[in-house]
Amino acid sequence: MSTPTAAPTRRRMSPRRRARTVRLVQYAVLLAVIVWLIVTMDARQVQSVFLRPDLVGETLLGIPQHLLNTLIYTAGAFVVGLVLGTVLALMRLSQVAPYRWLAGIYIEFFRGVPAIIVLLAFGLLPVAFPGLRFPLDPYGTVWAALGMVSGAYMAETIRAGIQAVPKGQVEAARSLGMPVSTSMRRIVLPQAFRIITPPLTNELILLTKDSSLVYVLGLTTAAFELTKFGRDLSNSNGNLTPLVVAGFCYLLITLPLTFLVRWMESKQKKAR
Amino acid sequence: MSQTPTTDAIPTGRREDEIQVYDLHKSFGEREVLKGISLTVHQGEVVCVIGPSGSGKSTLLRCVNLLEVPTSGRVFIMNEEITDLDADVDAIRSQMGMVFQQFNLFPHLTVLENCTIGQTVVKKIDKAQAENIAQGYLEQVGLGDRGSAYPAQLSGGQQQRVAIARALSMDVEMVLFDEPTSALDPELVGDVLGVMRALAQEGMTMMVVTHEMAFAREVADRVIFMDDGVIVEEGHPDLVIGNPQHERTRAFLQRVLDPTHVPAEPEADDEPAEHEAEPRRRSRLF
Repeated sequence: MSTPTAAPTRRRMSPRRRARTVRLVQYAVLLAVIVWLIVTMDARQVQSVFLRPDLVGETLLGIPQHLLNTLIYTAGAFVVGLVLGTVLALMRLSQVAPYRWLAGIYIEFFRGVPAIIVLLAFGLLPVAFPGLRFPLDPYGTVWAALGMVSGAYMAETIRAGIQAVPKGQVEAARSLGMPVSTSMRRIVLPQAFRIITPPLTNELILLTKDSSLVYVLGLTTAAFELTKFGRDLSNSNGNLTPLVVAGFCYLLITLPLTFLVRWMESKQKKAR
Repeated sequence: MSQTPTTDAIPTGRREDEIQVYDLHKSFGEREVLKGISLTVHQGEVVCVIGPSGSGKSTLLRCVNLLEVPTSGRVFIMNEEITDLDADVDAIRSQMGMVFQQFNLFPHLTVLENCTIGQTVVKKIDKAQAENIAQGYLEQVGLGDRGSAYPAQLSGGQQQRVAIARALSMDVEMVLFDEPTSALDPELVGDVLGVMRALAQEGMTMMVVTHEMAFAREVADRVIFMDDGVIVEEGHPDLVIGNPQHERTRAFLQRVLDPTHVPAEPEADDEPAEHEAEPRRRSRLF
């Protein structure tokens, strides 16, 4: 039996104490920055640059039309990309080697080139080939250009989705007497798209933001999407408010999609 | 319908020969998995194929409905050559059900839809009639009340019974079973074997790759023992399982029927692999 001896006094802090101290310092820094901002920031000045009420009102008037344009550009490009991506994915999985190579080259090229260059090129095509016109100009031009870029990204996602469907599914379909094409359409693709809905929705979010690039096409006012519209208003007023409002409009589209993806992913995790 | 075979080795085309296999060879790369298999399955006959893992029995079954393309040899299904380049493989397959080890039900379709999709898509039967037929077979396998469930909501044994109903829904002439109970929990095996036994009693032509010796002995009309890509021994189950003539058959049965038995001369790692040789390749089916 020994009397409890006092713990040897240590100079160094124990790991838990050290962690607590570090945490306290982090809070202190955060607090200091906030206090500094409040003290130094001229709230009225900030508001008048970023959120001037009269300009907010003026911007909001034009928002519906240009928000709609953004949606039209995005949706059309997404559909083109989806179709193109599916075709490319099937080519990547083809038994005919040249198809695999062609799809591979296409995908690597359009994933590696800035979307803005593709858009510029498409804008110049009618100049280079007189008489060439895209249907539904400028929408057709945008759909084709952005669709070709996003199709390259989607192709890899779709290919991964198709390959994630177990081989036994095709074998079961084939053993019922379904031809290759039918078993792909009725059995494999429905399962593949279910698997890749979250990454495809992410692609849609990226595409929504990429639609801001269409300003390089030199559009008419009626065809402006959100960014170009906000930028022009900002330029003419020497004020950032219209751009800020336009930016929030993007969040209106992308945030619900983000939550949708998160919800689908958690649901998929549960289903497994 | 019936093609007149040209080679001497390929006989008659009697109506009752549902499956005829002649000198079948299959290689995966360098490895020859089937080394000349010939067999016949008659109408209404139940043939069980047994043998150690990697002996080629699953590959044989998959060659019969051309899920694997044989390297050489010929396969006739109801006197039509499925290995012929001009054969309508899909039409032949639609008369021949296949039940897989892993069930392979379509997870995005309900149980009933699993049993109707083949009928509506391949045989162009209208939906109501297809559902009628499917419902009948689902009741036959004891799952008449689960038509609206999804496969994931069923137990393994129930899923495999749905898979059998799916195969039968095509009104097939014969069913191929590829180790139908190997992926099941032991207590669920009985239900599936029960369905298969009833099917055999109804006179369905069946070719069954299995490890269930008791089932083979009871239900099979003929047992084929395969080892290392060849048929070592075949005949009535009482002979092949009850009184095997070949040393390899005896050794295999001893291992299967008495797993704790230690052979006098220890073999080199008795079970080579769980799966039969299926090297990763670009899938032929796409």
